[in-house]
Amino acid sequence: MTKTITPEPADAELVRRAQGGELEAFEALTNRYELRVYSLAMRMLRQEQDAEDVTQQAFLSALENLGGFRGDASFATWILRIATHAALKVIRKRKGLDTVSLEEATEPADGYDAIPHPEYIADWRQSPELLVHTNEIRRLLDEALAKLDEKHRMVFLLRDVEGLSVKETAEALGLSEANTKVRLLRARLQLREELTLTLGDPGRRITRNLHDH
Amino acid sequence: MKCAELLAALNEYVDGTVDPAICEEFQKHMAGCNPCQVVVDNIRQTITLYKEGKPYQLPVECRQRLHTALRERWKETHLRGAPSPS
Repeated sequence: MTKTITPEPADAELVRRAQGGELEAFEALTNRYELRVYSLAMRMLRQEQDAEDVTQQAFLSALENLGGFRGDASFATWILRIATHAALKVIRKRKGLDTVSLEEATEPADGYDAIPHPEYIADWRQSPELLVHTNEIRRLLDEALAKLDEKHRMVFLLRDVEGLSVKETAEALGLSEANTKVRLLRARLQLREELTLTLGDPGRRITRNLHDH
Repeated sequence: MKCAELLAALNEYVDGTVDPAICEEFQKHMAGCNPCQVVVDNIRQTITLYKEGKPYQLPVECRQRLHTALRERWKETHLRGAPSPS
C-alpha cells in the first residue's frame, strides 16, 4: 500500500494567505483550531450556548483583526487569547460585573504561605495513559475542574491544558506572572487532591502525620 | 528543604524551569520523603490527564453556523476592501 504524504501548510503560511485575501486559508485555520477553542470555552464556561458564542466571536474577531496579526505569537496562542477575552466577558456578565475583573487587585495578596498542604496522598491505581479515554474519567475530570475557583481554573486551562507559557497566560488574563504562578499551584494541588480521592489506591495511602517535616 | 518549601518550588520543578541548585535540594528531599515523591508524581499525572483528555466534540450544527458566519463576515469585509486593520 502506498501512502501519499501531503504536508499540511504551516499556520504561518495559512495566515499569510488569509491576509492576502484567501478565505480558504482562513477556513483551514478555523478547521485546525475550532475544536480546541470550543473545548477551552466549554471548560471555562461549562455551558454549550456560551461556548458556541465565544468560539464564533473569537474567530470573527480573528478574521477582522487578521491584518494586524504580525506573528509575534503563534496563531494558536493568538486565537486562544482572543477566546479567553471573550470568555472573561461572559463570566463578568454572569456575575453582573462590568469593571471588576479577575485581577489580583480585587483580592488579598495571594502568597505561597496559604497554600494548603496535600491531604490525601496515595499512588494512583492506574497510569493516566490507561485512564484517559474512559467515560468515567472524563466525568471525574470535569467535576474536579468545576470545583475550582474560576480564577484558578482559567490559569490551569491556559497553562497546563493549552500549553501557553506562564507569561502568555498572565497576559491573556491580565494578571502578574507571580500571581499566575500561585494560582497555577493552587489549581494543580486542588485537582491532584480531587483526582487522588477517586484514583488513589487506598491500600497505598500515606498518612499525613508522616509528612510533617 | 522542608515539605512546605518543596511545595513553593513545585511548579518550577514540574515544568523543568527550576534553578539547578534548588532542583538538587528538591530531589534530595524527595529521595527521603515518599509522600512528597507521590505528590509530585500525582501532579504530573493530573496534568497529563487533562492535557490528553479530549472531552468535547464540536456539534455539527455549531460548526456549520460558525463557518457560515465567517463566510458572511469575510464577504462583508472583503467587499469593503482589505480586512480592516486592528
